[in-house]
Amino acid sequence: MSAAIVFGLCGAAVAGLGLYGLIADPRPLRKIVAFNLLGSGVFMVFGVVARRGAASGFGGDPVPQALVITGVVVAFSATALAVALLLRLFQVTGSATLNTEAPAGTGTDPADA
Amino acid sequence: MPYPASVPGDVTTTGGFLLVLSVVIPVAGVLLAFVLGGRQAERVVLATMPLGLVIALAILVTLRQAGAPLIYLLGGWAPPLGVALRADGLSAVMMAITAVVIGAVGVFARVDFRTPRGSIEARAPFAFWILLLAIWGALNMVFLGGDLFTLYVALELLTFSAVPLVCLDGRAETLQAALRYLLFALLGAVLYLVGTALLYGSYGTLDIVLLSRRVHAEPATVVAAALMTAGLLAKTALFPLHLWLPPAHAGAPAAASAVLSGLVVKGSFFIVIRLWFDVFADLPSFVLAQLLAALGAAAILFGSVVALRQERLKLLVAYSTLAQIGYLFLMFPLAFDAGSTRLASGGALAGGLLQAISHAAAKAAMFMSAGLIYAALGHDRIVGLGGVGRALPVSVFAFALGGVALVGVPPSGAYLAKELLLQAASATEQWWWAVVIQAGGIFTSSYVLLVLAHALAPADASITLRAPVGRIQEASAAALALCSLLLGLAPWQAYLPAPDGIAPSTPALEALSASLWPLLGGAAVAILLGRKGDRLPRIPLGQVVAATVGPARRAALALSRPIERIDNMLRQWPAAGLSLLALAVLLGAALLAASR
Amino acid sequence: MTVASALEMALAAVVLGVATWTIAARETFAAVVGFVTYGLLLALIWVRLDAVDVALVEAAIGGGLGGVLLLGAAARLRVTETPTATERPSATVRVGAALLSAAVAAALATGVILLPDPAPTLAPAAAANATATGLGNPVTNVLMAFRAMDTMLEKVVLLLALVGVWSLAPDRLWGGHPGPRHRADPLGTLAFLARLLPPVGIVVGIYVFWTGKDHPGGAFQGGTILAAMWLLVMMAGIADAPQVSSRRLRIVLIAGPGIFLAVGLAGFAIGSAFLAYPVAYAKPLILGIEVAMTLTIAATLGLLLAGAPERSAGQ
Repeated sequence: MSAAIVFGLCGAAVAGLGLYGLIADPRPLRKIVAFNLLGSGVFMVFGVVARRGAASGFGGDPVPQALVITGVVVAFSATALAVALLLRLFQVTGSATLNTEAPAGTGTDPADA
Repeated sequence: MPYPASVPGDVTTTGGFLLVLSVVIPVAGVLLAFVLGGRQAERVVLATMPLGLVIALAILVTLRQAGAPLIYLLGGWAPPLGVALRADGLSAVMMAITAVVIGAVGVFARVDFRTPRGSIEARAPFAFWILLLAIWGALNMVFLGGDLFTLYVALELLTFSAVPLVCLDGRAETLQAALRYLLFALLGAVLYLVGTALLYGSYGTLDIVLLSRRVHAEPATVVAAALMTAGLLAKTALFPLHLWLPPAHAGAPAAASAVLSGLVVKGSFFIVIRLWFDVFADLPSFVLAQLLAALGAAAILFGSVVALRQERLKLLVAYSTLAQIGYLFLMFPLAFDAGSTRLASGGALAGGLLQAISHAAAKAAMFMSAGLIYAALGHDRIVGLGGVGRALPVSVFAFALGGVALVGVPPSGAYLAKELLLQAASATEQWWWAVVIQAGGIFTSSYVLLVLAHALAPADASITLRAPVGRIQEASAAALALCSLLLGLAPWQAYLPAPDGIAPSTPALEALSASLWPLLGGAAVAILLGRKGDRLPRIPLGQVVAATVGPARRAALALSRPIERIDNMLRQWPAAGLSLLALAVLLGAALLAASR
Repeated sequence: MTVASALEMALAAVVLGVATWTIAARETFAAVVGFVTYGLLLALIWVRLDAVDVALVEAAIGGGLGGVLLLGAAARLRVTETPTATERPSATVRVGAALLSAAVAAALATGVILLPDPAPTLAPAAAANATATGLGNPVTNVLMAFRAMDTMLEKVVLLLALVGVWSLAPDRLWGGHPGPRHRADPLGTLAFLARLLPPVGIVVGIYVFWTGKDHPGGAFQGGTILAAMWLLVMMAGIADAPQVSSRRLRIVLIAGPGIFLAVGLAGFAIGSAFLAYPVAYAKPLILGIEVAMTLTIAATLGLLLAGAPERSAGQ
């Protein structure tokens, strides 16, 4: 098995783990961590694509490598925004839940609040 | 393998620089507004708006003269190594409506997002103006981007500008809504991104035109198509992936709701069109098209019924968006050409896009007027709207105009869209989608009429307005609604594909009377399902009707309850996540089965 | 099986194990520690994939700044652990989620295995056009020339994320300082490190940026290291986070995309197209943009970690 295949399978499996965590864990921070795992699994797939495209003396195709760098920056921005939202939600409500049935999040009318 | 050649003749065309400007000007505006801050930020944004509108119009004119898509090769690098911007008719009309809606929202928002006297800079206005402009730049990039990864960056730009708008007022519910929105949109975006990795690995390019010539049904491509489509549907909030939409769109400030509901969801929708009419055009799409429209039909049913059962106006309008998004997906099976077994760019596509455009203007107007009513009354409980018609005639008029435009009364854009879709349904002999299209119109008129019945009823007690309503705000809402109502008169044939030209097939008077039927049907549905106050709204012969419809209403309500319950269940996070993955698997299986 | 492939399989197995721990760990803090470890191990995979540029980014973000961000959040949210964890979905839902995630992962794996051979690649095209910029690092060429639009937009994404984070401040604290005021023991380890490391870190950061023109490295990698040094100084209480209303700060925050955009527009006049560099000046122009981007990235990343304004001026 080539390195590309090994890491390709690894990336797919990590993405699967991330998907599971994102869906099944109720804690928003764990969802954010799972999102990061999912993202890194996807980037690994890009890495495998890059490695397979090694040519002209380059160890990998530089285009997908560059896409990963851009993707990592975007994913980090997303993480920072999500964490800030979550911390603010915690500051305002004292809890950190996405569950709308929870006491923090009923109704959307400020007149009721 | 030698590196792939670029598209023959793929060179920057005359007027191509306009495409660059339409992205660069909003982006430069964002940077400038960020540095200057305070009142200057607002001024920068407002100054950008007419400029952007002029560029959008210039693109329309140039495109018509050229008769072929405008192209700009960024940095002079041709795809596949470089990235191209391309504007066809679809991009041009979407950019034009975006410029119009953003402009109207900008005028509207000047009252709500003014930097208060005595302060140099305030939080909400600073964020709002910058984010509004960023949404515009991101949308233009989505409409013009010729490369799937550039589109990914543009989509994320769109999400990051949209999410903070949801919770600008900082209430707990809106913070939660924003977080749900962000996390679900990120999940969708990653699924899209992994698809681009597989496509690059298969074809060595992410350029849409190059891909459309190379793509064929291989396993990696099928997986990519399924994941990308599912991811984009999550961002578009197509049923059953709508958990984030109602609280986000209903909780945001009115000006923000107008942009989120009218424009932002159309960004990912537009990329779905690009994928299935260009990139994946050679994949077998029959089952997929039927599936997408089935979800659309479910969205119409669930969105409309739940809208009718809402207590609050803004939530009703948000659920109406859910139903209207469903309507947009009805075009896919109607565009399917059995001969070539691919989605053909013709009347159905034109109809779908026209519906998206009409909805953009109409829904923005409806959210703006709902926001005005809310601000003036201090609440937006639908059963408490009595007397509003007299107190705020222009706001209610704008809402009514927007609603009527959405229902599809001639000469509205939605009317033309419906005509085109119905023509396509009869041409492809898919009568069941014609039924859904008509039912959608009836549902739309039902919730619009419900609101109007309450708003035009006399007040129980004389209502006192909490705050005066800005004339300019009312005017911008009414102008947008009017725009949607007159969209059917625009010269679409120059931009949208339609084999037989785009003109209503029936004479105007006949069409007008034909459009009465959905209104009557809608009135019946509203009576059966709508929320009522302590007493019936004063419809003619209200009490008599009430006596006869009583049992029917009880039956209808009994049917609506499971729908509400299912909607409530689907809006829980785990259910929505499972639906997303199940949908991806289903799409993949359908494509795989068909490609054998 | 060669030694190399055995090593790769072992590495993949360890990474997968740590990833599983990150999802399965009961406590969020432990999970985040797992994630940081995972990020550092992942950098090794990127080295094995011959993508050292990406390895640097992954180590700096996945193991570094991302870790700091998530650890900080985990510490602040510790009290919510137990109540939120009780909302755990039913066993049916979890089994369904596991099955569907596995199905998607399997489909993805199949797709990767069945990618065409020989693989299509743009490496020859990138090599053939490298002379246009005069830079030796092909990844930098892609980021700064062939796909410059993505890179410019990505900087705008960073800025908007920051606007989003700032917009979460309470109204009365607008214009104030982000995050809590850190006060560390002036004789403690943190303060010691915060005086010792930054001079070294700044040199390393600038070197990583500078070498990126020809070797692995670049604006983002260098900027991240500078951001880490700035954070260290802020956390040790040696310097306070700047007020978000500061005009000077805002200019630094838009310098990268601003200069990128200006050079891009100049391309209309002096180059052949928007974002095209005249061949004679390509190298200095790109380096100029990268200097500005490195500063902007360092400032933006640092502030993204600091969070929304929490204190009014001078507090």
